[in-house]
Amino acid sequence: MPRAHVYGDDVNTDVIYPGRYSELYDPAEMAKHAMEDLDPAFRERVRAGDVIVAGANFGCGSSREQAVICLQRAGVSAVVAASFGRIFFRNAINLGMPAVEAPGAAGAFSTGDEVELELRAGVVRNLSRGTEVGFRPLPPFLMEILDDGGLVAHLRRRLEAGGRG
Amino acid sequence: MGRTIAQKVIARAAGRGSVEPGEIVIARVDMAMSPENSRLVMEAFERIGVQRVWDRERVVILFDHRVPAPNIKTAAAHQEVRKFARAQGLTHFLDAREGVCHQVMVELGLARPGELVVGTDSHTTTYGAVGALSTGIGATEMAGVWATGELWMRVPATHMVRVDGAMPERVGAKDLMLRYIADVGPDGADYACVEFAGEAVAAMGVPGRMTLCNMSAEAGAKAGVVAPDRRTLAYLRGRAAAHLAPVRADADAAYASHRAYDAADLEPLVAAPHAVENVHPVSRYAGLEVHQAVLGSCTNGRFEDLRAAAAVMGDRPVAPGVRMLVVPASRRELLRALRAGLVARFVRAGAMVLNPGCGPCLGAHEGALAAGERAISTTNRNFRGRMGDPGSEVFLASPETVAASAVEGAIADPREV
Repeated sequence: MPRAHVYGDDVNTDVIYPGRYSELYDPAEMAKHAMEDLDPAFRERVRAGDVIVAGANFGCGSSREQAVICLQRAGVSAVVAASFGRIFFRNAINLGMPAVEAPGAAGAFSTGDEVELELRAGVVRNLSRGTEVGFRPLPPFLMEILDDGGLVAHLRRRLEAGGRG
Repeated sequence: MGRTIAQKVIARAAGRGSVEPGEIVIARVDMAMSPENSRLVMEAFERIGVQRVWDRERVVILFDHRVPAPNIKTAAAHQEVRKFARAQGLTHFLDAREGVCHQVMVELGLARPGELVVGTDSHTTTYGAVGALSTGIGATEMAGVWATGELWMRVPATHMVRVDGAMPERVGAKDLMLRYIADVGPDGADYACVEFAGEAVAAMGVPGRMTLCNMSAEAGAKAGVVAPDRRTLAYLRGRAAAHLAPVRADADAAYASHRAYDAADLEPLVAAPHAVENVHPVSRYAGLEVHQAVLGSCTNGRFEDLRAAAAVMGDRPVAPGVRMLVVPASRRELLRALRAGLVARFVRAGAMVLNPGCGPCLGAHEGALAAGERAISTTNRNFRGRMGDPGSEVFLASPETVAASAVEGAIADPREV
């Protein structure tokens, strides 16, 4: 079962993925530095499917897409936060990683708790505590991009269908 | 109800009569800018499977984050993008010679009033200084723009920030933005546009307005903007060809919030580690030793910034133990500084004058800090590890405060040197 990794407010993209690694282009290499300047133990702890649960303004700062890629490659399946830095939010959706705004979620989890996320129902459950936090589901347009597996696949499908992006 | 600049620009870009904040629309962009991360954009673009960019005159690519290439990896990335840009026949492929992308977009007239501009860098907000609506996006999203010329946008609400009165001596746009970010917090303008107005903004001219719009990103803003006025048009004369279509807000436009400052109340400020909103009067840290003083970046690397810093330094040398790095924002700004004799003054004082570009701002190459070292910098972020080792510290400040600190060897009030 996926587990939660819990962080506070204003986690910026520099601590998620430091600029000193901006010369790396291989996602597997990027993943080795995920959360390096905030939580060096994260890389050892994270398992495929895990969820980051955070406070306000997660992913603020730089537009670097590596901040999403490194988490995704490290195994993170979704980020649940009170709010997001806007570019991180867009990058996540565009790369096919759900990012949902659930104010209060960070207070309802401890790192290591088992987590279950239902995107369409708009609920994130803490199975370890038997509690849940509701959120407003993503707009249908963004769900469509996620369902397609991200913006590239979405555009491929649209362009092949003869429509515009 | 009247409409804001953001509403008007997006409505036009979406081919709609009007749009409301909160709506998601598909917008057609006027210009699309990418620096080094073009390398990532290219990969996604190729996966989309489109052969040519949607409009070779509207895609701008240049290198600035790591120039000249500090190592073979970056050299190879530059080389691949260079090949791509040539194969696509891009009109505006500017390679590594021009300077920081945001300065270049504005000074070459590639960002224009009333236009919608996107860039794969968070400080793309800078172009609001000439009345463009401009915003940062990620690499994959840019690939979609290259392929289709369009992207999805949520129409932002707009916060009005009015600054009347006159700035005191040795206090400027950077101090105002540090004050604003401290007041509203790092997410105070999340998803929104911030419009700056008032006497002090009118008096500022485009360079200072670029600092305002640039730093609005640190409050989470999608865009920062100043309504185009006579100064804007004078600045653009000879830079932006074609017919300009400036857009201003209606008198009865609806703002999400109003905030007012008296410029006369402002003072020199610093943002202490490791958050931009951790703002204090410079006096609180006066005397704290610094090892590096950085004057430059898209935030404060223009001629006016260099001139203000030189005026504070006078004939004093950079203090022993301080590495002062001067990084003009662009080749043109460097030329202006050369002609005015500023470069000679910096070099005589013991500063190192680097080639135009992002310089040490993001810790990607030159000017990295070791553990335990402290920098004072005119750049825009002081996050942990931003300029080097996670055990280093960055204080953000105005060009005047950085200059004062460089000659004192410690954080110093520019009004007292």
